[in-house]
Amino acid sequence: MLSAGIDIGSRTIALVVSNGKEIVQSAVVDTGFDPVKKAAEMAAGLPREVSVTATGYGRHAAKSGFAGQIITEIKAHALGAGHLFPGARTVLDIGGQDMKVILLDEKGNVEDFQMNDKCAAGTGKFLEVMAVAMGYGSAGDFGEDSLSGVPGTRISSMCTVFAESEAVSLAHRGADRRDIGRALHVSVIERAFGLIERVGGDLPLVFTGGVALNPCIVQLLRERIKGPVLVPENPQLVGALGAALKGLGKK
Amino acid sequence: MSGDYRKMWESIGLDLEAHDQLLQALPPTYGEVYLTQENRPAMDYFDFVVNEIHGLRIQELQDHKAAGGKVIGTFCVFVPEEIIHAAGGICIGLCSGIEIGSAQAEKVLPRSVCPLIKSFMGFKLARVCPYFESCDMVVGETTCDGKKKAFEILNDYVPVHVMEVPQMKREKDRLLWKGEVGDFLAGVEEVTGKRVTAESLARSVREVNGKRRALARLSGLRKNSPAPISGKDSLLIEQIAMYDDVERFTLKVNQLCDELEQRVRDGVGVHSPGAPRIIVTGTPMAIPNWKVPHIIESSGAVIVAEELCTGLRYFENTVPEDSESMDQSLEAIAERYLNINCACFTPNTGRMEKLVSLAGEYNADGIIHCSLSFCDPYMIEANRVEKVLKEKGIPMLKIETDYGQEDVGQLKTRIEAFLEMIS
Repeated sequence: MLSAGIDIGSRTIALVVSNGKEIVQSAVVDTGFDPVKKAAEMAAGLPREVSVTATGYGRHAAKSGFAGQIITEIKAHALGAGHLFPGARTVLDIGGQDMKVILLDEKGNVEDFQMNDKCAAGTGKFLEVMAVAMGYGSAGDFGEDSLSGVPGTRISSMCTVFAESEAVSLAHRGADRRDIGRALHVSVIERAFGLIERVGGDLPLVFTGGVALNPCIVQLLRERIKGPVLVPENPQLVGALGAALKGLGKK
Repeated sequence: MSGDYRKMWESIGLDLEAHDQLLQALPPTYGEVYLTQENRPAMDYFDFVVNEIHGLRIQELQDHKAAGGKVIGTFCVFVPEEIIHAAGGICIGLCSGIEIGSAQAEKVLPRSVCPLIKSFMGFKLARVCPYFESCDMVVGETTCDGKKKAFEILNDYVPVHVMEVPQMKREKDRLLWKGEVGDFLAGVEEVTGKRVTAESLARSVREVNGKRRALARLSGLRKNSPAPISGKDSLLIEQIAMYDDVERFTLKVNQLCDELEQRVRDGVGVHSPGAPRIIVTGTPMAIPNWKVPHIIESSGAVIVAEELCTGLRYFENTVPEDSESMDQSLEAIAERYLNINCACFTPNTGRMEKLVSLAGEYNADGIIHCSLSFCDPYMIEANRVEKVLKEKGIPMLKIETDYGQEDVGQLKTRIEAFLEMIS
C-alpha cells in the first residue's frame, strides 16, 4: 500500500510517496504565490488510490481541498525522523520561516517541543537574506564558504534586518566575509541551541529541514552540542515522509 | 446595536469619527468565533449584551448618572466592588482586549509595553471608550510596575485612586491591605457623596456573592464530561460579569445553569467524545480577546476552566456574610481579596497548588499557560508553574502573545501539536 505526504511550507512544498519502508517517489518545488494550488497540482498527479496527508503551514487549506487528513509539522518531523533514525531522541528542524526542537521518548512519541518566536531570526529565510547581503549567489555557496571562516567575529542582533546591517558594517570595516558568514551561522546555532536546552534535548539528535543541507550549520551544530548530528540524505523531505507514514497508520 | 446612540456618544465626549472606525474595526469575529459553534446552549442574553456593549448598557449608565448615581471604573479583580455598590455606585471593569489608539498611547508610553496597558491608555487618549468617558473615578492598583506607573500618567486625564496591593501575604501585609480597603471606602464615599452603612455593605456583599456563586455554579458544571458549554462561551460570560448589572446578570447566569444541568442529566455536550480537556491559565483575557481560546477549541479541544482574572480568580471564594459590624465586614472583604493568587505576589505557591487541584477536579488532559507580551510577573512565574506541573505529570504548553493576529498560524501549529501530544 502506498501513501503520500505533502509538506506545504513557507519556502518549499515537498511531496513524498512511501510504502512504509522507503520513499518510492519524491519532489520538492518552490512554494510560489499560490501554494495550495501548486500542492493540489502535485497531488493531482498521484494515482487515485493513494491517500494524501498534509502538513506544514498550508495544511488547513489543503484539508478543505485535496488532503484526506492533516498533522502538524511537529508530529510529521517526529514520525519521519524516528523512521529514518530509530532511537532518535531529539529532532531539530530548521525550515524557511521557523525553527523547532522536538523531544522524543524511547518509542518515538513527541514528549515536548519548542518553536521559535514569531520572527524570521534563525531560520532559512534569515540565511537567504544574509547570503544576498554578503554577495553570494545562493545560500548553499554561502554555507560552503563560511566553513573556512575563523572564530572571533560576533553578530549580536537577533533581528534579520538589524543583523544584516551589522554584517554590512563589519564588511565596511574590512572584516573577511567568510568570518562574518561564520558569525551569522553561529547566531543561528545559538538560537537553535537555546531551544534544544529548553526541551532538555537528548542524543542522538536528528537535523531536518532545508537548512540541514548547509554544511557550515551542521559543522557548528556538532561543535555546539559536542555530539553527533544525524542528517538524513534529503532533510527537506522528512516532514512529508512523516505525513506519508501517518497515512499508513503510524502513530 | 439596535438603537441610535450617536447623540449619547457625543454628549459623553466620544470622538465620534474615531469611534465609528473602532466599531468597524471591532473584530468581525464575533459571528465567526461565537455564532458558528455547534450545539450552543441558550446564550441569547449574553449575545445581546455583547451586541449592545456600546449601546444599551451605556444608556443605563447615563440614566444612573442622571439620577445622581456614580460610575467607577476598575482594572483589576483586587478592587472590592461590593464597596462601590454599597455606596450606590456602578462598578465597571475597564480592561480591554483589543489594540486601539496605539499611536496616541505611544505619545505617553514606551512602545514595548503590555498590550493591556497600551490598550486602556489608547482608549482614554483617543476618547473612544464610552465606559471610560462615563466614569466619575477610576481605580488603579499596584499589581505590576507597568500599571502602577501608567496610572500616574492616566491621572492627567481622569482622577485615579490607586490602591496599594502588597507583594507578600504576611500579617503586616494583611494589615496594610485592610487599611487600603478602608481608604478606598472613604474615597468611594467622597465621590458618590453617600455614606456606606453596615446594612448597605452587608446587602452589597450578599449581592456580589450571589454573582460569584452563579459563576461558580457555571464553572462546576464544566467538570462534567461532555462539558455542557464551551470554554469560549464561559469566558464570554466571565468577561460580561465585569460590566453588566449585578442582579440581572446573576439571574441570567443561574437560568443558563438550569439549562446546563438538564444537559448534564441528558448527557448533552458541546464537543465530540474524547476531545482533550484543557485548562487555560495566565494573564487576563479582556473582552474582545478570544484569540487563544478560539484556536484551542477550533482545534478540537474543549476548555473546561480558566485560571485567569477573567475566570476563577474573579469569582472563587466569597466574602463571609455573618459580619456584625462595619469593621468586621471590611476585614472579611480584605481577606477575601488578598487570597487571590496573582503573580504579583512572592511567592505565589497558592496558584501552583490551585492548578494541580483544578487539573484533578476538572479531569484536565493539559494546561495551556498564556501570557500577554511584556508581562514579567506571569511570564517569569510560568517557570514555577511548569516545574510543579512537570512533577505531577501534567502536560503544559507555554504561549506568549498579544492582541495582534499575525502569530495565529504559529499558535495554531503549537496548540495542535500540543493536542496531538496529549491525545
